[in-house]
This record gives sequence, C-alpha cells and structure tokens, in this order.
Amino acid sequence: MTKELRIIDFMGVRHYTSTLSIIIVLISLASLAINGLKLGLDFTGGTQLELLFDRPADLDKIRDVLEKEELKSPVAVLFGSDQEVMIRTQDQMKVKAQEKLSEQIAALGSGAALEGIERPARELEGFGDALVIANLSAEVLQQKELFPAEKYGRVEYQQRDGKTLVVVENSIDSVYLRQIIVDIEQATGAKVELRSSEFVGPQIGDELRDQGGLGMLVAFALVFLYVAVQFQWKFSTGAIIGLIHDVVVTLGFFAFFQWDFDLTVLAAVLALIGYSINDTIVIYDRIRENFRLLRKTDPHEVINISITQTLGRTIMTSASVFIVLFCLYFIAGEVLQGFALALIIGIIAGTYSSVYICANITAALGITKEDLMPKAKGEDGSEVNEAP
Amino acid sequence: MLNRYPLWKYLLLLCFAVIGVIYSIPNLYAPDPAIQVSGDSSAKVIDAPVLAKMEAALKAANIEAFGGEVTAKTAMLRIKDVEQQMIARKLVQQALGDGYVVALNTAPTTPAWLQSLGAEPLKLGLDLAGGVHFLLEVDTASAVAKRQEINADDMKDKMRKAKVRYASVVAQKDNQIIARFRTAEARDEGLALVRGDFPTLLFDTADSEQTAGEFTFVASFTEAGVREIEDYAVSQNLITLRNRVNELGVSEPMVQRQGRNRIIVQLAGIQDPAEAKRVIGKTANLEFRLGASPDTLVSNKEEFPFKDELMQMQRGNAVLEKQLIVTGDRVANATSSFDPETNQPQVNITLDSLGGTHMHRVTRNNVGRQMGILFIEYKTRTQVVKNAAGEDVEKMTQYVERKVISLATIQSALGVQFRITGLDNPGEASELALLLRAGALAAPMHFVEERTIGPSLGAENIKNGVDATLWGFGLVVLFMLVVYRVFGIFANIALALNLLMMITMLSMFGATLTLPGIAGIVLTIGMAVDANVLIHSRIREELKNGASPQQAIFAGYERAFITIVDANLTTLIIGIILFAIGTGPIKGFAVTLIVGIITTMYASVSCSRALANLVYGNRKNLQKISI
Repeated sequence: MTKELRIIDFMGVRHYTSTLSIIIVLISLASLAINGLKLGLDFTGGTQLELLFDRPADLDKIRDVLEKEELKSPVAVLFGSDQEVMIRTQDQMKVKAQEKLSEQIAALGSGAALEGIERPARELEGFGDALVIANLSAEVLQQKELFPAEKYGRVEYQQRDGKTLVVVENSIDSVYLRQIIVDIEQATGAKVELRSSEFVGPQIGDELRDQGGLGMLVAFALVFLYVAVQFQWKFSTGAIIGLIHDVVVTLGFFAFFQWDFDLTVLAAVLALIGYSINDTIVIYDRIRENFRLLRKTDPHEVINISITQTLGRTIMTSASVFIVLFCLYFIAGEVLQGFALALIIGIIAGTYSSVYICANITAALGITKEDLMPKAKGEDGSEVNEAP
Repeated sequence: MLNRYPLWKYLLLLCFAVIGVIYSIPNLYAPDPAIQVSGDSSAKVIDAPVLAKMEAALKAANIEAFGGEVTAKTAMLRIKDVEQQMIARKLVQQALGDGYVVALNTAPTTPAWLQSLGAEPLKLGLDLAGGVHFLLEVDTASAVAKRQEINADDMKDKMRKAKVRYASVVAQKDNQIIARFRTAEARDEGLALVRGDFPTLLFDTADSEQTAGEFTFVASFTEAGVREIEDYAVSQNLITLRNRVNELGVSEPMVQRQGRNRIIVQLAGIQDPAEAKRVIGKTANLEFRLGASPDTLVSNKEEFPFKDELMQMQRGNAVLEKQLIVTGDRVANATSSFDPETNQPQVNITLDSLGGTHMHRVTRNNVGRQMGILFIEYKTRTQVVKNAAGEDVEKMTQYVERKVISLATIQSALGVQFRITGLDNPGEASELALLLRAGALAAPMHFVEERTIGPSLGAENIKNGVDATLWGFGLVVLFMLVVYRVFGIFANIALALNLLMMITMLSMFGATLTLPGIAGIVLTIGMAVDANVLIHSRIREELKNGASPQQAIFAGYERAFITIVDANLTTLIIGIILFAIGTGPIKGFAVTLIVGIITTMYASVSCSRALANLVYGNRKNLQKISI
C-alpha cells in the first residue's frame, strides 16, 4: 500500500513524548501560578501613552520622572523605534490629578481641602471640571496661582454654601497629563509628541477576563461536540486535551517571559484553538479513513501510518502559516507583535500536540476499528484502492 | 471525462473574479482630505454661494482647495494638503459664522463609474484613521432609584386620597420602597389599593420580629421592570449623545449601545479628546412657563422664537411670562402615544412629586391660559478678535439659546402626570417627547474608557498592515510555486481570488477594517493554502500509489474535500465565538477570520480545481503532471 513511504514510529516513543508533554505543561502551569500573566491595559485598567521623541529617547530619565510622580507600577519601554516610547501605569489620570491637587490645596492652609470634583453647571458651557474646595477663599487661590491660565485655560471662581468652587476649562486629568509630558521634555531635553493615549477604567478588565475565559470554555465545548459527532468521543477527548496543552503552553510562555497579555493576544489564543484543531482533524480524518480501509487493526500501527501520510501536509501548512506570522511579527508593527508571538508559539505547540498527544490519547482510550466503521453503507468510494 | 467542469462553473468563477476586482480597486485610490459644511438645522440652505464663500476664505489664506461639490444638504471642498485641513476648517467656520457645522472629512477619489456600481473603499477603524474612542457607562442604578422615588410619591398620593393611614413610604437606594403602617388592616388595605397600579413592581409583606407593632410592605422592581428602565435610560442617553456629537462636526460619528448599560462613541478625525468630552457631557434644559395674558405686566413678559421653523413663520414669536413654573430637572419621563378615545397623537409627561406640586399650584388657577415649554441650550461661539498687539486671537463667547417647543392651552389643573394633545401627527409627538427627554435630567453617564490615536500613528499602522499583507502574500506565493510548481500556480491564482473576495465581502457588509482585522487577513493568507496543500499532497500520494495522473487529480480533490470542510468548520465555530464574545480588536479580527474561512472554502477548492481541469482535463493520455 505505501511501499515507498517509510512509516515513522510516532507511537513507539509515546512514553517519552507523554512525559515531555506533562513536564512542559507543569512548567507552564507553575510559571502561570508563580509569575502570573503580565496583563495589559485592557485587563488591568489604567493609562497608556505613546510618545514620539525627536531624538533617541532616554528611558532612564523618563522612568525617573514617572518614579517621582509615584505612579502605580509604571512602565516605559521602546515601542517600534528608539524614538517611540510607550508609557503605562495602572493609575487613572483623573484620580492621580485629584490626589496631587488635594495635597497642594491642603498645604495652603489649615483645614483647606479639595472636597470633590463635579461636573460644571450647565451655564458654564465648555468647562471641564468644577472643584469644590473648603476653607480656602478664591483670593488666596488666585494669589498662589494654583490654577494658572496657561494650564487650565479659563478659570472661574464661585462661592457656594461657604465653599469655593473653581471651574476650569481644561479638565484636571488633561492638565496633569500635559504636566507629565512637559516634565519628560525637560528631563530628556527632547521635543515630545503625544501620539496616542488610552484610559481604561478598572471595571472593564474583570468583564474582559470573564468573557475571555467563558469564550475559551465555549470553544472547547463546541469543538468537543463537533468532533464527537463527526468522529467519536475518544477522538474528542484527545482533541480537547491537545487544545488545553496548546493554550496552557502558550500562556505559560507569556507568563514565563512576562510578555504583555492584551486583548489581541487573547484573540490570538482563541484563534490558536481554531488552528490547532484544524491540524488535529486532518490527522483524525486520515486515521478514520485508514481504520476503515486497511486490514490492520492494531490502532498504534494505523495511527503511525496516518500521521506519516499527513506529515508532509502538516509541515507544509505550518510553514506557510509561519511565513505570514513572521511577516506580521516583523513588519506589522508593535501592536500586533504579541498577537504574532502567541500564534507562533501556539502553532509549534499545536503541531506537536496534533502529532504526539491527540492520537496518543485516543489510542490510550482504546480506540478500535468498530468505533469507526461507517453506520451507513458504502459512503466511502473505493475505486482507487485496487492497487497492491 | 474525469476532470471536466461544466461551463457555468468557469463563468461563475470569472464572475466572482470580476466583482472582486471591481470592489477592491477603490481601496487603491487614496481619499482626499476635505472640509464638509452642513446647516445646523434642516432649514438652512446650502447652495453655491456658500461654497463660493468657502473657496474665497481658503484662497485668502493660500490653502489649495479643489473639487467643490454641493449636494442637497452639504457642501464639500477638497484640500490639497492634509496638514492644512485643520486650519482650513477653522477658516471656513469663521467665514460662514454661526448656523453651519463644519466637519473634517475625506472625499473618495474613486472614479465615477466605480462609484455608480456601488464600489467604495473599506471603512477604516480608529486605529487606522486616527481619532478618539470613548466608552461611557450609564448609571442605570440611579435611573431606577429616581423612578422608585416617583413611585413612592405616587403611592402616598393614592393612599392619602383613599384615606389609608400610613406611617411612612420611603424609597431605598437599592430599588426598594418600604411602606410602614401602624396596623395590619391599614397595611393590607394600602397594599390592595396600590398593587394593581404598578405592574412592574413586586410586592412583598415582610413583618420582622424586631419591628413589633409595625407593619410593612416592600415594593421592588421585577427584573423585567429594571430592564425596561435601563433600556429607556440608555436609549435616551444614546439619542442625546447623537445630537451632541453632531455638534462636533464629525462626518461619520459612531454612537452605539454596547451590552446592557454602555455606549461606545467613536469620532474619526477628532484629535482633542477634552473638547469632545465637554461637548458629549453637555445637557440641555427645559422651562415650563405660563403664556402671557393681556393683563400681564410688560415687565413680566418675554418673547421667544419657536424651535420649529415652520411654526415660527406661521405664528411669529411667542410671548411668555418671565416667571417659570418648573424646570426640566423635574421631568421624569416623556413619551409619545395616542389618545385611546380620539386616536390623536399625544405626549405624556411625568414630573417628580415636587414638580407636580408646583405644577398643580400654578395651573389650577390658570385653566384656559396657555403654557409654553422652552428648550434651552448653552452654546459657544468662537470669534476672532484683534488683541492689544494687533494679532488675531480666538475668543470664545457663550450664549444661551431659548426656543419654544410647545405652546398649549391648559385644560384643567395639572399634577404629576399630564399630557399635551392637539398635535398634528405622530411624528411631531415623538419629536416633542424626544426634546422633552433631552432636556430632562438623563441618567448620569461616566467615561470608563478613552483612547486617542493620532493621525500619523494611523497612517503608520495602515502602512505596516499593508506591508505585512503584501510580504506575507508574496512569500506564500513563492513558497507554493517552489514546492508545487504548476499546481502551485493554480493555488496562487486561487489565493489571489480569495483575497479579492475577502475584500469584496468586507466592503459589501460595510465592515470596518482595523489593525487586528488586517492581522486576520494576513493569517487567512497563510491558512488558505492549507486546503491546496491537502489536495496536492493527496494527489502526490495517489500518484505514488500508481494512479494515473487524471485519476490522481480527481481523487485528490474528491478526497481532500471532506477533510477541508471538517477542518474549516471547526475554525469557523471559533470565529463565531470570537465574534459573539469579543469587543473592539477581537471583533475586528473575528470578522475577517469568518469572512476568510468562507472565501477560502470556495476559492481554494473550486478555483484551483477549475484551473487544473482547464489545463489538464482535456488531455487524453496525460503522462506526467507538475506537482
């Protein structure tokens, strides 16, 4: 039947590969448990800025500025080129700005305090924030120049219930953000352009995590069902264990190297499930066909033949997907690098699991020829198989 | 013959290819930056003189503009240099003055014959076009709480009228009303009285041990009732937001509901999130006033125009008293409906209890007089003035616009709930209800997410994305050619068709292309050839097993097909899950993934098979194929 094809004994080494797989999965789980994923802004909430410098950026000086501001877990890294810097913190600019102003106001007199920030009254169209300040008169505030016009734009002072109301045109978070950029400009001596900014509230992250986890579970369940209907539950179990292996290993890499895990990486991990199952199903398809076709009944032998027959295709497809992933990684820019990386790792894991894990488990569950004999008659055309 | 296709299959393929090319071409034409002018009310006429004014203003500032166009409601002028677009907008706004909305836009440069076929370039997401993105959360809990306060007032009112003695009726923060009574009889009586009137409330008698001698019932909203209020609050905010966003002069703003209580706002081309936030956060107000009677003092009279231009032309200004009855803050709800008896359109207004008291006090003595409702907006006008040094500086002045939206005769003493009838058509009624709601205190919103993408970053993202796609495509094509030779050519032509069909489907669905979406396209390129790889390895195998080339080709396509469908269907399932759960980047990726799988299943199999049949199918004694 397959004279020229030398059958590779994939199943013969199954004890070694199983041990290897278990070790890798355990290491991945350990690093997930110890290091945890370094969650991106989408999940943690906070602020992310992308700055363009007019000369190579001095990261140390930028970090000093961020440290001085006492931002929560600040990150400053090069992003794309040595002139582009991404800054990230888990702080909300608005909260931070309010804290700073509170300190400044409290220093101005005993009992002076920033009591809250409100929306400006309807009449004050075009103003950003209204600050309620207790125990401090408008005159003192003006004298101390706490709200200079070049920063805050138009400033209105009002009285309400014995408190001073300062209404500013530029919202305090935008002023604070501007201040940080000016500080960075001064520290590095470069001109800085703000290319993009993102603020994500803390409540979004939890929802995303739930959605991502839920999506993964639904994906597993549907894949299990589909394979069980098309093939048999022993195949489903093998496929799902393979998928879990792929996902765990990919996440393990992200945890081990502390790469950023953001929304696009989550999309990649889910897409990986789709890709990896694709690979597995091609092999399953061949196993099913061979079980029906060949007179051999030893599952290990059938699986070995099947994997060997599809090996060429497995390599070719992985190669072509690798080509495009490397293009994405190197050309498509920083935003998609995490995405490409997750898929590159995932596809290595997926190809490995398709060859060594999925069929292995199906065999261990005791797959037999009878499991796969077609219930309907003669759906398999057999005219090509009169050859030796 | 084994490997023959009927003619119609070839024609179908050709047809797809032609459609694909037509719908993909527009993406090659880079759009021109443009300035678009529209009137701030539908009555404003936009005509050639307006365009001439725009052109003159730009010419004076040495900004090159061309291709002016006037359509029914807008005038558009193309700008040569993107850098000057912002300046041009400012200049045009100054030249035209108030009453016009000047927006930044891009004008397609697609040739007319393509446009007439409906072929347009793909819409670009914010990460490619630049702009701001907000996610707002509507505080629905406070909307529910406010509704409960009104319900509590209503209950008190009812029981007072029916002479049921209660100790207190209080709306709690957690969507509960607690009514306390001294006797069980009074409690039961009160409960029987109000129960039927509040279908969305759940009533529960909860007498606890500690509060001996006190009898209570608790009323809380059903899940459906809460949902209804939430829906109402969110859709009301949605409408208000749409109106506000139009003020910003964005050509195609996106304001969409997301999930239960969130709203996404995406504004392409806006670079100042602070300005956008201010405008989005604005609210209008309402004032209810009595119409002036002949014996009203002149000092107590004020004249206002009608908001509706037609009414203004027919009736002229309306004269109202200066004294106001209630403001919009007291309006809880306004809906349009039909009078059950006369079937005429009407608007139902609900005030809160304080508003109802005021309304009652004023109207009971003024039956037969008119009541006007004023719609008040606070607007900012930018003017250019010379400062002391003689330089042009921009000065922002604020002004208040008060216009009459309704002037109706008071038929009887009004309370918490009343209606405005005598409206001409249902459209007018819903418009009035909308304005009343926009002026009422909407459920508060706050920003939970904010993203700004600069235009230069957007352009860079496009370039990176296109580069990655081209490189990916080129390398995969080369790879297939080297490995499979002639059959590689078939696969590559199929891949090209696949790409064209993807772009066509994406633009036909009106999908928005984002950077993750591009990643989906690139990934599809890599995965699409998998189908051909499956087929080709099958053919090779069949050849090795001694089949004749014709048989091998036939068997290869036939047998690989089942595998291809099996494998792609699972990926499709994943794509649909991604689409269902995903937001933002995940959704953009999911769309291209799904579209890619569908086109792949067709193109990779049918197109390459058609080509193989075309080239090899007719040869009777084919000895060798190049694979």
